[in-house]
Amino acid sequence: MYRNVFGEKVSRARYKEMVNAAKNRRELIAAGLTSRRDLFKMGLLTAGGMLIAKSGLSARAYGQVQTNKPPSGPDPNRSPGTNQNCVPGNQTASPHTRPFIQALPIMPLAQKVSSLTPTPTESPNVSHGEVRAADHQAHNIDPTRFPVVPATLYNFHQRQITNAVQSPDLPQQTVWGFDDGTGTRSPGPTYQAFYGSPQLTRNTNSLPPITQVNNTGFGMPSVTTHLHNAHNPSESDGNPCDFYTNGHFCDQYYPNVLAGFNSDHTPNGDINEALATLWYHDHRVDFTSQNTYKGLFGFYCLFNQFDTGNDDTGFRLPDFPAHDIPLAFTDKIYDPETGQMVFDLFNLDGILGDKFLVNGVIQPFLNVEPRRYRFRMLDPGPSRFYEFFLTDLNNLSANNQYWLIGTDGNLLPNPVKISSVRIGPAERVDVIVDFRAFAGKTIYLENRLNQLSGQGPAAVDSQVAAQNSSTTECSLVLNSSQPAILPAGTGNLLLQFRVSGTPVTDDSVDPATNPTFYQLPDTTAEPRIVRTFKFDRLNGQWSVNGQFMDCNQFRFAVRQNSSEQWLLTNLTGDWTHPIHIHLEEHRILSRNRKAPTVPGDSGRKDVTQVHPNERVQLFFRFRDWLGKYPIHCHNVVHEDHAMMALWHVVPAGQEDNILVP
Amino acid sequence: MKDFSRRKFVSMAAVAAAAAPVAALLPDAARGDTGTSAPQTTTELARQRLQRLHLPNVPLITHEGKHVRFYDDLVKNKIVTLNFFFAKCDELCPLVMANLAKVQKMFGSDLGRKIFMYSFTLKPEEDTVDMIKDYRKMYGAMPGWTFLTGKLDDIEKLRKGIGFSYPDPAIDKDKTQHIGNIRYGNEPLMLWAACPGMAHTQWVAESISWMMHPEVNRIQAP
Repeated sequence: MYRNVFGEKVSRARYKEMVNAAKNRRELIAAGLTSRRDLFKMGLLTAGGMLIAKSGLSARAYGQVQTNKPPSGPDPNRSPGTNQNCVPGNQTASPHTRPFIQALPIMPLAQKVSSLTPTPTESPNVSHGEVRAADHQAHNIDPTRFPVVPATLYNFHQRQITNAVQSPDLPQQTVWGFDDGTGTRSPGPTYQAFYGSPQLTRNTNSLPPITQVNNTGFGMPSVTTHLHNAHNPSESDGNPCDFYTNGHFCDQYYPNVLAGFNSDHTPNGDINEALATLWYHDHRVDFTSQNTYKGLFGFYCLFNQFDTGNDDTGFRLPDFPAHDIPLAFTDKIYDPETGQMVFDLFNLDGILGDKFLVNGVIQPFLNVEPRRYRFRMLDPGPSRFYEFFLTDLNNLSANNQYWLIGTDGNLLPNPVKISSVRIGPAERVDVIVDFRAFAGKTIYLENRLNQLSGQGPAAVDSQVAAQNSSTTECSLVLNSSQPAILPAGTGNLLLQFRVSGTPVTDDSVDPATNPTFYQLPDTTAEPRIVRTFKFDRLNGQWSVNGQFMDCNQFRFAVRQNSSEQWLLTNLTGDWTHPIHIHLEEHRILSRNRKAPTVPGDSGRKDVTQVHPNERVQLFFRFRDWLGKYPIHCHNVVHEDHAMMALWHVVPAGQEDNILVP
Repeated sequence: MKDFSRRKFVSMAAVAAAAAPVAALLPDAARGDTGTSAPQTTTELARQRLQRLHLPNVPLITHEGKHVRFYDDLVKNKIVTLNFFFAKCDELCPLVMANLAKVQKMFGSDLGRKIFMYSFTLKPEEDTVDMIKDYRKMYGAMPGWTFLTGKLDDIEKLRKGIGFSYPDPAIDKDKTQHIGNIRYGNEPLMLWAACPGMAHTQWVAESISWMMHPEVNRIQAP
């Protein structure tokens, strides 16, 4: 008689299978096979991700194998609208706070310094505690234009403060912020940068060392600061794998130069690649969500001869900073007993807060004049998507339109009149709101997007719905009773505008006159290579092409100054992944083989939302700089759980031809 | 194959500014129960919150038949790794457990002294003490890597506590799709993160090592 390890009677054949299974497992261990790739190579894994059934690997040696895929077709156990079940079980409601009693904080402009001690060096100044991966590339390209010590210098420290007031109804909060020498704040000071003026920021980690940390329960005090959307050399990019602790620093060189300056548009670059609204944030691998939630981010506004920050020159956009205001939207959770900001360290899916902050304060108000304002709206995450509407609570049926002038860091060719615009984590939109129509009234910026979990919005865009067949996994979400957009006045009122009744003069350009900004760069160049990226979840493990983030592994090499097409494919049935690629912007050529239709998809982008069951085709030119950069999901909870891959740009002749990295 | 040598891992970890004994990494409040009635600091309250919501003090049984409590005996004041398996899991578990078998060797003498590895069965009704003992042996687990079983309700509480669940309840019930991540943490410092159990061994080990050497600086070659 044969028994298995559970003491159950089994047949002789089954017993032999069991013995084989155990042997196979020992062999796998002895062979050091732990990756899917290894198993694949050994012929043990099918393309579908199943282990070959012939020998089995179970102690019971079941003949059948299971797949990782969720069951296809309608699930009888799942009632319509069951996204309610997605609310994290451990989350408790935050304490009550009164809205619209604190004024919107407007971050001060970052203050320059006249010198830095020790003086910045071309090579990393290791003996004084600098942690930088390589010499400054810009200086090597043109030492006159890009001196090692440029005229514009900043001395930033990451520090902890314990007296942040996010609401008068909550105790003072402990946050991490940036100090430019005038005091620590979060969001950090706003850079006012100019094309043609290279600058250097010394980022010093002055957070409390881990042995003294009083961190209210989350955060890793080692940092690397990424300048998001910048066309920057890799050693100054703020790579997630280059991080440093208290007492160390990195001199980050921001050349403020247009893409193409050292390739197809020498010497000054392509004006149609001009950037406007960038942001900086901590990017410490595996801890980015905690550290940015704790406050390590700020704005970087970049100007040139057209986008001048002055309403009587160039494009005549509203003047910065008086009528051109950066707005950062974050959502947070507070402990109901202590009132302290908390973070769910144990979440793998995405984190939603029930308190909505703008520029670090819960539901503030802003006094505005009846004129045009430019707002640079940023979603720093961690996981919430927004759709912004202007709401008059006394006239809920009104369609209050405004102007979309930019997506991510970039101005569109012309303003687009909109009723709402949607952004996801790390995305930005530049808009112009004309408050003349609301003189003397109080109106609100309202998020009406229905999102119940870290997965993404409750239902996906109508254009996606139209493209997906009703039999897809996604149909459960699409056809659920959850509306994508909540009725006016029932969403989240984020910011209150108190519009003065006194008329003022306004010299800024009227978007209704259809001014032209930049042209969109050409996308017809033949790609050297087309690469496919599959974003998936394997047993809860976020993956890119079936592999996981590893700081010790570059996945592929891009040829410097070449064009590529990347196909981003979302295999996760009902998750929206906002995918961010460093170094170069992209344009969206198609979504599921159809040209994009929403205005937000039409311009240049550095983050693209990849909706459930969608394949998005992107066009890239990788110009000017060399070195390492990542591609990752910017739902930072996914990013921190390995949904990221490193690649690098190399000179011609050293590249590879990996189609599926 | 990649070089998973212990030597390479140690040389990487050696850039830690201070390879201090673990006790030096712990805040004062973390060195055991003080028994004083001093007002609780924000740090203490935050730590209690984590314990209350995520680290339930459920009873468990080790592969040696010893009865333990999850929070009090396994994670309190410790640096730990946590993951789930079941003996009949035939796709994911062999990969993750074989990976951990190599990771444990990279910890060398720190295993069982500075860092404690715990693997919990998801099917305690099948995986008896003898069963997990055999299973543990198959992976060559060294002292410091403990396998545990218990009551299903308690293990489910633990699993959900540390966030190893799916938003979709139907998928969450399907144990073949169970979360394959390795949770790692430094309990007194409230440092917690997770990495895929199927990630490259060297990287898994390096990630976990941050809990022992949080003062490490890192530069990746360009």
